[in-house]
Amino acid sequence: MRFLLETARLAVRSILRNVLRSALTVLGIVIGVAAVIGMVGIGQGTTAEVTGQVSDLGSDLLVVHPGSIMTGGQLAPLFDEADFLAIVDQINGIEAEPLVARSGSAVFGGESTATTIEGADNGAIDILGYDLAQGRVFAETEMRSGAPVCVIGSTVREELFGVGNPIGETIRVRQLACEVVGLLVSKGATLGQDDDNVVFLPVRTMQRRVAGSRDIDAILVTVNDPQRMGRVETEIEALMRERRGIGPLEEDDFDVADMAEVASMVSDITGILTGLLAALAAISLLVGGIGIMNIMLVSVTERTREIGIRLAVGATGGQVLLQFLVEAVFLSAIGGAVGILLGLGLAWLVTGLLSVTFIVDPVIIAVAFLFAAFVGVLFGYFPARRAARLDPIEALRHQ
Amino acid sequence: MSAAPVIELRGITKVFGRAAATVHALKGVDLSIASGEFVSIMGPSGSGKSTLMNITGLLDQPTAGHYLFGGAEVGDLSRDERALLRRHFLGFVFQGYNLLPRTSALENVELPLIYQGRPAAERHEAAMAALTRVGLAGRESHRPSELSGGQQQRVAIARAIVARPDVLLADEPTGNLDTARSREIMDLLQELNETEGLTIVMVTHDPKMAACSRRIVTVVDGLISDDATVGEAA
Ligand SMILES: Nc1ncnc2c1ncn2[C@@H]1O[C@H](COP(=O)(O)OP(=O)(O)OP(=O)(O)O)[C@@H](O)[C@H]1O
Ligand SMILES: [Mg+2]
Repeated sequence: MRFLLETARLAVRSILRNVLRSALTVLGIVIGVAAVIGMVGIGQGTTAEVTGQVSDLGSDLLVVHPGSIMTGGQLAPLFDEADFLAIVDQINGIEAEPLVARSGSAVFGGESTATTIEGADNGAIDILGYDLAQGRVFAETEMRSGAPVCVIGSTVREELFGVGNPIGETIRVRQLACEVVGLLVSKGATLGQDDDNVVFLPVRTMQRRVAGSRDIDAILVTVNDPQRMGRVETEIEALMRERRGIGPLEEDDFDVADMAEVASMVSDITGILTGLLAALAAISLLVGGIGIMNIMLVSVTERTREIGIRLAVGATGGQVLLQFLVEAVFLSAIGGAVGILLGLGLAWLVTGLLSVTFIVDPVIIAVAFLFAAFVGVLFGYFPARRAARLDPIEALRHQ
Repeated sequence: MSAAPVIELRGITKVFGRAAATVHALKGVDLSIASGEFVSIMGPSGSGKSTLMNITGLLDQPTAGHYLFGGAEVGDLSRDERALLRRHFLGFVFQGYNLLPRTSALENVELPLIYQGRPAAERHEAAMAALTRVGLAGRESHRPSELSGGQQQRVAIARAIVARPDVLLADEPTGNLDTARSREIMDLLQELNETEGLTIVMVTHDPKMAACSRRIVTVVDGLISDDATVGEAA
């Protein structure tokens, strides 16, 4: 025990004796660990964000929209009111809400802001996870008649009204003058996109007075019994294929997305990216380990005489081995610690830029640190063994 | 001062190299050294003196023969077993001092005690005492590069005696020093031998240095050619 303490002291001294060389030696380890910690941190933050968003929407939600996720295109024909009504009529155990989206500007007095204009009834606004902060939602008659009323997000309010009260004011949305009846609670940003920069109009108002068509961009379907998610998905697919006249060998030109599926896809992608980067980082760690081995080999040669002296006064091979091994492990552990700090800094910076949660995972940190130390053991062992096996007489005679 | 000898070599041979390139450095050495003796080993260059010292000091193994240290056979011990014997019973002084560079005199002297696992306070005390013993009190914080050759050799002697070994082995301890400095080192060794009963085996080329010991063993071509008590020998 006392000897271990002496060994540790010796290792620290010999590392400090040549600070610059020690720093260059551990650079590979530092970069490797920083990359692992940084990338995993960013990946976890993003995944958590997406998962949180999806659980906001609810796992009982299906989104039906034209164009498939795979082809990504909006080239496929849009849905119309008849498609929506067919789903409502023919699929059991669901609630459905249409959605029409456009971009455009909202103007009040001298202020103007670019925003997303969504045609959505009360049900859809609720499904999308918005809560009312002030005022009211649409009245039944307003939705049925397509009245010029709107509910706005907090960003639009700030842009147009500052801190003033928007309720009862009339704003212009594209060409339509409409009365603000409600203000929504701020949802914040997801992955850099501001969810509060939005103006909601009743679907009918949107179709008649803004879009000028009866097209529907997406249909939100809430399944009453979560057990039936899969069944409902298949039923909707069959119905839409029939309605859109898709032959048995043709691909769907629409998509029914299960939110849990979307979430797992996103986290799969971040997982793959994280894995790839972690593999690169592991290679960097390996290169760092070889750097340590190289320097330790040089050190053993430089200190051959010292080793001879230690052997002569009664050090066993094991004690010499331990001395060099501890030095290598200290080096790599210091590199690991510095790398962890750097990586956390990197993750903090990037998650901040993406406006994503900054997550510190103590398990990953512990694993990275232990792995760095293990690299020290692995690559320090060979030089240390060489030192331990030196012949005392030859070592003493060395230059 | 007789009884069992502390060192007893019987028919020790040492062969270096292999096949055609073999060198027979020792060709069957018998040597017995009692506790408290001060023995000089002389002989021409390449006669096998250092080889004999290395085997006696358990730094090397004989090719054949028996080596009894304190009455026990040690000729066939493992590397680590020999290290343990060196740690507890032997002290070394080399021609080239062999101190750790960039390390204070005190820490150099403490080195054997570290491997003995002694606590820091005890190490410090013993090392200070040993440095005082060799006349270097006040120089404990100096590094080897800040000391003269004679002083460095004194540090080496302090290191060799700090763990109170049974035998001190010195291979040409004055080989790098001028006459006055050599004289001082010899006085110190003589004093250690007389006042503390330390057994000393020393290789030297200088008859004046050898004259300070009490017995002179002459090695020629790997064999002992003469073994005489100082004063009697020719
Ligand atoms: N490791 C070795 N490998 C091969 N030959 C060696 C080795 N060590 C010593 N020898 C040879 O053994 C012989 C005796 O060498 P040794 O060093 O014991 O002589 P020495 O008496 O100490 O000489 P000097 O007075 O010059 O120091 C020499 O011929 C030397 O070349
Ligand atoms: Mg020699």
